[in-house]
Amino acid sequence: MHEMGIAQSVIDMATREAQLKNARAVLRVSLSIGELSGVDTESLVFCFDCLKQDTLLASAALEIAYKRRRHRCPSCAHEFDILNLELACPQCQNEATQFLSGDELELSQLELELA
Amino acid sequence: MNPPVMEKVAQKILSENDRIAAALRASFLQRNILCVNLISSPGSGKTLLLEKTLEAFPKTERVAVLTGDIQTDNDARRLARYGFPVRQITTAGACHLDARMIEKALADWDLSTIETLFIENVGNLVCPTAYDLGEEAKIVLLSVTEGEDKPLKYPGIFFKSDLAVFTKIDLLPFVPFHLDEAHENARRIHPSIEMIDLSAHTGQGMDAWMQWLAARKAKRNSACA
Repeated sequence: MHEMGIAQSVIDMATREAQLKNARAVLRVSLSIGELSGVDTESLVFCFDCLKQDTLLASAALEIAYKRRRHRCPSCAHEFDILNLELACPQCQNEATQFLSGDELELSQLELELA
Repeated sequence: MNPPVMEKVAQKILSENDRIAAALRASFLQRNILCVNLISSPGSGKTLLLEKTLEAFPKTERVAVLTGDIQTDNDARRLARYGFPVRQITTAGACHLDARMIEKALADWDLSTIETLFIENVGNLVCPTAYDLGEEAKIVLLSVTEGEDKPLKYPGIFFKSDLAVFTKIDLLPFVPFHLDEAHENARRIHPSIEMIDLSAHTGQGMDAWMQWLAARKAKRNSACA
């Protein structure tokens, strides 16, 4: 239920960027959300739509790139998404692979309508 | 009408929280304070573990506790009985602590009198995961009256915690909880996670927990020296 706070942060950040660029409106907000971030994307969309009214984001679409946990194998350099919690390298079966990404909580891009 | 303009931002959504947390972490480091952030579902035994921990420390130990709850100062009152400084953070609805709450709660505390700071987060396995409080380590608690599959259901917090404490193990004879399976699930999410099985009620496992804290403090001292 912290998605309301996350949505408010997104709106605040986007508003700041839009004002900086003298934009009339924000048309699209693109986020990167990792599966380990602890954020429920469905709930985030709901909160975003509630909070965007009467802001520069009133007509903005929210686009979420959901990122799976990604690991790298130190022995064969293979990089792969983790499926079914299988952390071993699918290429060389090395079990001690390293975490690369999957806890993203990032505002990646905005589409602005300039004045 | 002008065509839309794409604007790369690439900023962390909680960058304001992270900025405050980084300042807190720097200030803990500078003063050689070990700060740990305890996270679990409601009722997993965070407060009782802290009570027994405070009880185990000699009175000369420089320990302090910040305890977060949505309502009431019941936990602060329970914890204040042990003679160490304790402060309640009441979030009035928020389901997690954030770095600004910690900064505010510590503002008029003399940090030079503290060596170990425990933060007891609001009971919740999801939301506290996203908020860095400047702690050196997150610690997740899971009681044996919950399910063994909690690490799989809430991977974020098990992934981000250095230590998992399995609590209420005195109840193992009465509940269908398979400790090995719970360990295995935690390791599937986070292969290098440390684990302690413990009952704050009977004291079983408390030595391992106190040793873990001492080892983290020793490691920090050698890093600061």
